[in-house]
Amino acid sequence: MKGWLLVPLAALVAFGAGSHYGRASQSAMVITSGSGGASYSGGFKAPVEQAATAGTGAIARTITSVAGPEPKQVVVVKPGESIQAAVKAAQPGTVIRLMPGTYHETVYIDKDDIRIIGVIEGGKRAVLDGQKKLNDAILYSGNNFVVENLEIRAYKGNGVMGQAGNNFEIRNNIITDSGVYGIFPQLGQNGIVEHNVVSGIADAAIYIGMSDNIHVAHNEVFDSVAGIEVENCRHVIVEHNYVHNNTGGLLAFVTPGLPIKTTDDVIFRGNFVVGNNHANFGAPGSTVSGIPAGTGMLVMAADDVVIEGNIVSDHKTAGLIITDHAHAQNITVDPQSDPNSDRVKILDNVMLKNGYDTIPDVKAVLLSEAKGGAAVDIVRVGPSPGSCIINRHQYVTAGIDDFAECDFTNTANISTYLLAPVPPRKINPADRGKVAYLGICSGCHIYNGRMIGPPVQVIQALYLDNPQGIAHYLARPVKKRPDYPEMPPQDYLDPGTRLAVAKFMLQVTQ
Amino acid sequence: MTARSFCRAFGLAVALCLPSVSRVHATGADITLSAHCPPGFELTARGACELRTFYQFYDSLENRGLGGTRTALPPHRDGFTPRQIDLGRYLFFDPLLSGDGTLSCASCHRPDRGLADGRPRSIGIHGRDAGRAAPTLWNVAFLKRFFWDARADSLEAQAQGPLYSPREMGNDPTRLLASLNGNATYRRLFREAFQQASDASITGPQVYTALTAFEVSLISLNSRYDRYVHGYDAALNEREIQGLNVFRSFVARCSECHTPPLFTNEQVAVIGVPEPKGRPFDVGAENTFHSEKLKGGFKVPTLRNIALTAPYMHSGTFATLREAVNFYNQGRGHAVPKNLHLYLHWHITDPHLTDAEVDRVVDFLRTLTDETFMPQVPARVPSGLAPVDARTKRTASAAVAPAVRRR
Repeated sequence: MKGWLLVPLAALVAFGAGSHYGRASQSAMVITSGSGGASYSGGFKAPVEQAATAGTGAIARTITSVAGPEPKQVVVVKPGESIQAAVKAAQPGTVIRLMPGTYHETVYIDKDDIRIIGVIEGGKRAVLDGQKKLNDAILYSGNNFVVENLEIRAYKGNGVMGQAGNNFEIRNNIITDSGVYGIFPQLGQNGIVEHNVVSGIADAAIYIGMSDNIHVAHNEVFDSVAGIEVENCRHVIVEHNYVHNNTGGLLAFVTPGLPIKTTDDVIFRGNFVVGNNHANFGAPGSTVSGIPAGTGMLVMAADDVVIEGNIVSDHKTAGLIITDHAHAQNITVDPQSDPNSDRVKILDNVMLKNGYDTIPDVKAVLLSEAKGGAAVDIVRVGPSPGSCIINRHQYVTAGIDDFAECDFTNTANISTYLLAPVPPRKINPADRGKVAYLGICSGCHIYNGRMIGPPVQVIQALYLDNPQGIAHYLARPVKKRPDYPEMPPQDYLDPGTRLAVAKFMLQVTQ
Repeated sequence: MTARSFCRAFGLAVALCLPSVSRVHATGADITLSAHCPPGFELTARGACELRTFYQFYDSLENRGLGGTRTALPPHRDGFTPRQIDLGRYLFFDPLLSGDGTLSCASCHRPDRGLADGRPRSIGIHGRDAGRAAPTLWNVAFLKRFFWDARADSLEAQAQGPLYSPREMGNDPTRLLASLNGNATYRRLFREAFQQASDASITGPQVYTALTAFEVSLISLNSRYDRYVHGYDAALNEREIQGLNVFRSFVARCSECHTPPLFTNEQVAVIGVPEPKGRPFDVGAENTFHSEKLKGGFKVPTLRNIALTAPYMHSGTFATLREAVNFYNQGRGHAVPKNLHLYLHWHITDPHLTDAEVDRVVDFLRTLTDETFMPQVPARVPSGLAPVDARTKRTASAAVAPAVRRR
């Protein structure tokens, strides 16, 4: 296998030697009580309108739902019926209940406020079975999407994949053997991923990609290459998850080459990260394919990652690896992203039985620091400026002797980075009319001249006080003028927009 | 029926419907600049044209304009005056801008070829191979980096590439400004567009500004896909929706780089595309960023109007859209030269799409076509040369045809 840390040994030894010399000036053992002391204040302040409903700033807030109140309309789908047909027919604000049984579908949701909720009856779930023929089980791009209580298996792509939907909740799903990612929300803000059981995934069981304000909690992820991966995201809490028998357990990355360039403000706390020693079966070329088996946690180029209260045990390579882009040999470069893991913060954790059969590169760092023992909990390779740790003496470490003492001991003041449900943006109908006029009508009509269609002045004279007449014509135009081409129907605009654009057209003056 | 014949039939003479032949033609004195914004733009109180689109009702993460269906577009350029935009249009179609008066910008960004040129690689002055394919200009207002190798970071900088390249338009700054300043019509139009005194001479930055002003007016956001996005489910048929779902699936992963709503994430990606037979390997962005890891990397192009801009890839390796899509289905690195190590993008995989799935992706890509805001080719340009491209003898009315066919 191509190792993550395949760097020239000489460079590592030199690096280690530097640390070794630095150690002489290190102060004596500092013992800090994690139960007292200051709390980390986090990197996110809720916007003012949010603070009013959810408490202010760093004051503890409890938000258990982000998708808004549960819609009143309910549609029930039974095995043999089409889930997609129900989605298609649903108005925004519909709960689609799936009765237990098996469904073979890719379900896509491109509208807002849809919930797909499985009904669990006597332990029997609604099962989406891709039979290794279908690509993805659930694809959503709508806002306020909720998916709960499903069992998803044997898809080739992803179990649940989001593209830009905000305020999502992915909860209590069982996902097995489903392609590249089990759960993959991408390019969204404000989402919850909790109480899911995900296993047998060829990349990350749960992958939070290019997203903001996400809460990942109480999931069980196992038998996958990566357990939970947070990549190019901001303001993410990953807590109380059970992460076992993956190649790598918890990952916080900046992957170069993505359009959103940073990962910062990530809290890994209270997770059970146990025995992630699975052989790496990642696809060649994938970012995770270079992770050494037996990696509990891995921080690469991510900033302000806080690691607190986790039990990290039984990892043959290391409990925690902190590294940078330069030492990850199988990935590209990105001049626009900072390659280093800045300001990592390691608070109290329970780390045991880590690094008992580590890779040669880590051994070299240990040797260089005269830590020739048969274990390592925490290893740092590559620059990590501004980082800190408390109670460092409790871990076997390599390469972190220059970490400062943190000036806080816990994250108790931060209960969540979630935002209260945000009401949908109200669009003034008049604005919609103006944009439809400028964005569509103006391609064929100008105020006082001939383009493709007749001048707006002429239309105004005909319809004077009759916007409804224009709105009606827009939906079903008929050929009126022999010297003009027939107007194509504009029925793709909803009736409200058709009326709004008609009204706007009647008052245009230039 | 052409737009011009409409004009004659209706007897109107407005900026977009130029009057028929008269004596003023010889001097260009009849050429005036429009006081109206192009379609899609609103004239603001301060006299600037600002873009209006339904996408402005949506948001995007970190304001980056990347996501799914109802996601805002990336930040864009606009705010030029109607006259600057219209001046840019005359410059764009005027072969006076090339070293020997045979090529205009529109020679390689042709209105009848999706604002590209339909060639594997563009043909520059004296028939030279320009080396790479002309990209479409539709929606350049939203881009931040230009050229296949991402070496320019503004349209103003980009314009100077082809203008002064000996393989493209073959001009030089001194000669360009001399020919423009030697033309009384251009002197008048630049004075109007930039509100300058009567003795002011035309400067390079003004030329690039006017070209930019015109280029950022080339907006294509009214495709059938857009209608689907804005809430009209029936805009796409069953096969096209299947194609959309393959396109955004994590098996095909197309949308991971060709990310809606612009269908590009504007990153440089190394995908290992082969060169046409007999052509040397093009290192692409390796030179721009001085990084071996980006050898063979090119900027991810937008897929809007992609059905109109065959052949495909930076040097036109694939003649059809289907061949281009199928490239990604033939296995990671299958076409990388034996002696070369490339850092292939992680989304280049072995997706094993079925033939039917490849067909559906192509069906979907065809829904991204929209040329409703095609600009009018000027009937005449200030130099008196034939607009567009004197060498190929294409006329304004021929080039206008697609704009009329459009619905």
